[in-house]
Amino acid sequence: MRIRYLLIALIVLSIASLFIGVSHISIVDLFAFDEMQIQILLISRIPRLISILIAGMSISVCGLIMQQLSQNKFVSPTTAGTMDAARLGILVSLIVFTTASPLPKMIVAFIFALAGTIIFMRILDRVKFKDAIFIPLIGLMFGNIISSIATFIAYRYDFIQNMASWMQGDFSMIMSGNYELMYVSLPILVIAYAFANRFTIAGMGEDFSKNLGLNYRQVVNLGLIIVALVTASVVLTIGVIPFLGLIIPNIVSIYRGDHLKRNLIHTALLGAIFLLVCDIIGRIIIYPYEIPISLTVGVIGSTIFIYLLLRRKKYGL
Amino acid sequence: MVTLKRVSKSFAEKKVIEDISLTIEKGTITSFIGPNGAGKSTLISMISRLLASDSGEITIDGKNIRKTKSDDLSKKISILKQSNAVNLKITVRELVSFGRFPHSKGRLKKEDWQKVDEAIDYMELQDLQDRYLDELSGGQRQRAHIAMVLAQDTEYILLDEPLNNLDMRHAVQIMKTLRRLVDELGKTIILVIHDINFASCYSDHIVALKDGRIVKQGRTCDVIDECVLKDIYDMDFKVENINNQRICFYFD
Repeated sequence: MRIRYLLIALIVLSIASLFIGVSHISIVDLFAFDEMQIQILLISRIPRLISILIAGMSISVCGLIMQQLSQNKFVSPTTAGTMDAARLGILVSLIVFTTASPLPKMIVAFIFALAGTIIFMRILDRVKFKDAIFIPLIGLMFGNIISSIATFIAYRYDFIQNMASWMQGDFSMIMSGNYELMYVSLPILVIAYAFANRFTIAGMGEDFSKNLGLNYRQVVNLGLIIVALVTASVVLTIGVIPFLGLIIPNIVSIYRGDHLKRNLIHTALLGAIFLLVCDIIGRIIIYPYEIPISLTVGVIGSTIFIYLLLRRKKYGL
Repeated sequence: MVTLKRVSKSFAEKKVIEDISLTIEKGTITSFIGPNGAGKSTLISMISRLLASDSGEITIDGKNIRKTKSDDLSKKISILKQSNAVNLKITVRELVSFGRFPHSKGRLKKEDWQKVDEAIDYMELQDLQDRYLDELSGGQRQRAHIAMVLAQDTEYILLDEPLNNLDMRHAVQIMKTLRRLVDELGKTIILVIHDINFASCYSDHIVALKDGRIVKQGRTCDVIDECVLKDIYDMDFKVENINNQRICFYFD
């Protein structure tokens, strides 16, 4: 697949995304918008589109980085406890800082996501039985433990309702003024690209890295920080988006291999396309109502995931 | 020149290397031989700074490796370890290009790619260069890893059992290549090797280890000796000269 085709698909879907919704805005009116339509575009549709694009790209890239560093194809923000840890972090920040400005929430969510991921990586180091499927199962269990702690705390402090809102990723509430935190991911994607070669080398192992004079620990830590920052910003703004970071890098790996620098852009583009498609489906299927993105992604993503699992020998995953 | 002064290493109370002092001359092939568990791999890992020694001092060209930046060392010394079970889907050419990382930091220039091509040619990997590593046989993968080390283009090259997984033709090819690197380009090569006949035919010096100590070291002809070998391996050997090479028979 050429990058050109991915770009064309992305642009077509982006335009489609702008013109789907309850308020009628048609592309035919493009040069004759009234005040109201322009407002809707600026306040709701464009922010929604941007947040979908950023989330799709950055979560997929996070999955890719995690898979390279852990040398396991089934590790991702959802299967390593990162998302659950970020959610617990948001909850804690809500309890500690009752004034709900996004920055302190973001910082606490980031610290929790980072700690959660580091703990998972430590567990990974100690696990003797490194079967490709066993590792993400451990991650899911670990995530569920964190999640149950969060539920327990939320129950105590009467936050169950709020919890549910980050449980389900949802773009319908995105409006200008509440999604700007997502922009944190953009410079991070640039850093990820600049460090792509280092991530691939680190993925070859500690001795391999050391021979090439690469500071293994430093690169791994940078990768984990990137993952935690992106995950925290996405969970805080949109909610949990399952499977995205898991399936997209695997699909790209099948047709592009695992050289990070070569497949990073593909992964980012495909992630954005996939999320856009899921979002459009979610908006059309029970029109004029909406299905949350986590549900559409969950259904489509888990199907693809199971398919990949069953065919993994063939694809060398 | 590589020098070791009274180097020791233990893993959990067990002494793996005990008080080893050794000098390895520039422009030679030195082979470490000895039975399993003699400490050969540990020793080569310490010389390449992958493992830190517990005590003693290791210097390369007069510089203590502990006090030299890892980044600078990676342009001077390279190591290929035994197990290279990589499950990443990268091509042979990509793997070899990683060898240029110490010099290019990931931005390969024209001369870097030239080194990559040279290394691929050296190891006769032209036909395989665009194949993914996970599609290759163990021997082909081994050659790809050696090509990467060649692309790294360091004065000192350390190889931990480079002949693993290789058939005779490729094993001979690799030993000849190593010989050429030493004779033509003046490289210094240190090997861990199990097949003593390969060690005998291609190395200048042999260091024989047993239980973490040096039993015997010296020119190849001095170490490949019936009494010495019996002492190291606890079995009988017969050493014969064939075509000016000392060949060992150890089959009952």
